[in-house]
Amino acid sequence: MRRIGIDVGGTNTDAVLVTESGVVQAVKTPTTEDVTGGVLKALQDLVAAAGEGLGRIDAVMLGTTHFTNAVVQRRGLVKTAALRIGLPASAALPPFVDWPRDLAARVDGGVYMIEGGHEYDGRPLVPFDRGAMRDVAKRIADSEVRAVGLAAIFSPLNAACESEAAEILREEAPDVVVTQSHDLGRIGLLERENATLLNACLSDLAGRTTRAFKEAMHDSGIEAPLYLTQNDGTVMRAEFAEAFPVYSFASGPTNSMRGAAYLTGLDEAMVADVGGTTTDVGHLRRGFPREANSAVEIGGVRTLFRMPDLLSIGLGGGTLVEPEPLAIGPQSTGYRLQEDALVFGGGRLTMTDIAVAAGLAQIGDPAPVARLDRALVAAAVARSAEMVAEAVDRMKVDAMPLPLIAVGGGAFLVPERIDGISKVVRVEHQAVANAVGAAIAQVSGEVDQIFSETSREAALDAARRLAEDRALRAGADAASLSTVEVEDLPIAYLPGHSLRVRVRVVGDIA
Amino acid sequence: MGLRTFDREDIEPLAVGAWILGTGGGGSPYFSYLNLRRLYEQGASVQVLDPADLADDDLVAVVSNQGAPLVGQERLSDPDFAAKPVRMMEDYLGRKFRAVMSVEIGGGNAFQPFLVAAVTGLPVVDADAMGRAFPEAQMTSFAIHDLSMFPLTLADIRDNEVIVTRAASWKWMERISRKVCTEVGSIAATCKAPRRGREVKDCAILHSVTKAVSIGKVVLAARSRHEDPVAAVLEAEGGRLIFKGKIVDLERRATGGFLRGEARVEGLDDHRGRSLRLAFQNEFAVGWVDGEPRIMTPDLICVLDSVSGEAVGTETLRYGQRVTVIVLPAPPVLLTPKGLEHVGPRAFGYDLDFRSVFEGAAQ
Repeated sequence: MRRIGIDVGGTNTDAVLVTESGVVQAVKTPTTEDVTGGVLKALQDLVAAAGEGLGRIDAVMLGTTHFTNAVVQRRGLVKTAALRIGLPASAALPPFVDWPRDLAARVDGGVYMIEGGHEYDGRPLVPFDRGAMRDVAKRIADSEVRAVGLAAIFSPLNAACESEAAEILREEAPDVVVTQSHDLGRIGLLERENATLLNACLSDLAGRTTRAFKEAMHDSGIEAPLYLTQNDGTVMRAEFAEAFPVYSFASGPTNSMRGAAYLTGLDEAMVADVGGTTTDVGHLRRGFPREANSAVEIGGVRTLFRMPDLLSIGLGGGTLVEPEPLAIGPQSTGYRLQEDALVFGGGRLTMTDIAVAAGLAQIGDPAPVARLDRALVAAAVARSAEMVAEAVDRMKVDAMPLPLIAVGGGAFLVPERIDGISKVVRVEHQAVANAVGAAIAQVSGEVDQIFSETSREAALDAARRLAEDRALRAGADAASLSTVEVEDLPIAYLPGHSLRVRVRVVGDIA
Repeated sequence: MGLRTFDREDIEPLAVGAWILGTGGGGSPYFSYLNLRRLYEQGASVQVLDPADLADDDLVAVVSNQGAPLVGQERLSDPDFAAKPVRMMEDYLGRKFRAVMSVEIGGGNAFQPFLVAAVTGLPVVDADAMGRAFPEAQMTSFAIHDLSMFPLTLADIRDNEVIVTRAASWKWMERISRKVCTEVGSIAATCKAPRRGREVKDCAILHSVTKAVSIGKVVLAARSRHEDPVAAVLEAEGGRLIFKGKIVDLERRATGGFLRGEARVEGLDDHRGRSLRLAFQNEFAVGWVDGEPRIMTPDLICVLDSVSGEAVGTETLRYGQRVTVIVLPAPPVLLTPKGLEHVGPRAFGYDLDFRSVFEGAAQ
């Protein structure tokens, strides 16, 4: 294994070279507004730092918040037509119904609903209206819209309507980019459709971004397959990511926790990831972050993605400090830390300045912070330590003491002693845990499906085989496959012992 | 009293409160909530009628959306569809309804009469027949009072309409209507046996819409003030905090159409070192603290997210979740000997004498 892991954070872009023997090289550079500039710089720095030791790279794994930010900031999104197959059902709640108005106004490129879809047991709901579908395809072809999100009722169980609709769209409007909801899995029409529409509206940006990343690799002299990280801690090939940018949503925190597990060798631990703007606290179980329960909103849109259960507080290296009366954050310099902080010659007091003044960190020029009021420095350090301790306490669900892994560029803000924590673990390269987590990521396959008229064992077995098949198609090595998550949920009020099974399988990249 | 307009600002509190009164079941009100919000945006408005203002002879439609909550996540709730069995019933009876009410205030069905009302213009009676959620038709205050269980109308989103003109008992009505519902894809809109105004006034759970809205308002207000929403609900509703902890084990199975299972909750904060075993059958049914049966149906066993105060359903329980289990008082009719026959622990197969957590409490 010789991999480069890259993490594009809100403040810094990190790159690491990881081999079997661990982290060989690590660099850090400020994130640029165009994102790819920072990636290019990080790669060039890494190549320069590694010199002859770079060797032949197997893969580059990149984690980015670029697509999440595009939705949150409503940038780079294209008009998207929503096509739902399922009339006469679900008509009262059309696509975009629960979107924030400003985002819907930007993305909504027309809503079309036609007859079709399936029942929970795979029977057709009503016959698929092919004539109407062809009319819609022609109307879309004649319109300005070049992206389509396609969702049919119960398509995760039977994708026939979506596949056929996509085929008709290809015939009538060959230049239109289509996202089909069954490719994004999971039962729950509105949430699945939302994810599908977000994916479709990101299609243009996804293409441009992955091309730019590949160019950056090429310009740095690295020829290797590019992977992007996804929210479950695994990676997808760049070509796949180009088609499914939504899978990269919120992958950052997962990468950081996976990296923390790898760097420390700890599988059961609490993790505090202190970045430039926030501190994210999570819980590692069997080397993966514990997942959150609630529906996840991206830019105000409900989706079906699962995220790590994280508590985020407004404390990071760039967090601004008000001396009188003492107030810490939540405002932050963000990616301007290296211009605004006192230790970098700027004019704003940040937590990094406080940490340097207190001797907790050696960053920049200590001279400007030497004249800070000692009482203020001590009070700010104590307050930030309390903030971290409280967040850890709220997130820790085990009664027994656990170790706490402190990672991220601002890990120096984590205090040495916290109640309920056996020890605070700091390791080399902790500041680039995100990039390390990306570098070591595996590939996965997932299934979420209802099984009827079969035994629980047979259903679990069938689901596992499907998930394994998907992992193999995602590029996994068959010998390395292992099941990391099995959940079976019997369904009330359905006949024939219906069981909803969710299985996730991971494996090493072949 | 009389008619009052249901405010747009009450829609979200109704969703939050009804989900809590669902005691783990009843299905999430989210889609029905979206529907009602959308209808209000389009200019609809619903009137709420105090049950006291019903004439004895007024005819009231009792509506519900029947089926599997999971199917409801794909075949989304629809106001026109909700109103269909009400029109069928009017045609069958040859009489017009004066108002509409929910069979079940807990979960998504709290909204069903509102959707019907927004489409038909009928007012919603501030009442239901459970005061919470229960899985079956005989578990209603109307069944406990031995009222008639027929006729029943049922509509499917396609052009399928069914009228059950007679049934031998509440259980037979449940079996027959459930069978039809399954056949049309495990989701159907129904209009249960119509009720006279007198029957509603004497036999329904009164003012349960107001109760759901008020619980929802308490939660939302506490949340926006960054105060503890669980404590706020307990104070406003005279509830009891039973257990605070995290879910450490979870087991579910479907038998006889129920989602049955158990969750084990390990104590946190004041309950550290203690353990709660919580059994459910669609709704939370019985809870044992350190091995002793402590909470049981029909008392309302509500599992709330410890931070947000949001209700947690039996289908959405997850490992590691931090929850607070509270109990709210059950409507008195459910606590009578006859009521306990229908909805007490033995009705769910637990050989336990009902004992309320509120027994012996200072009034």
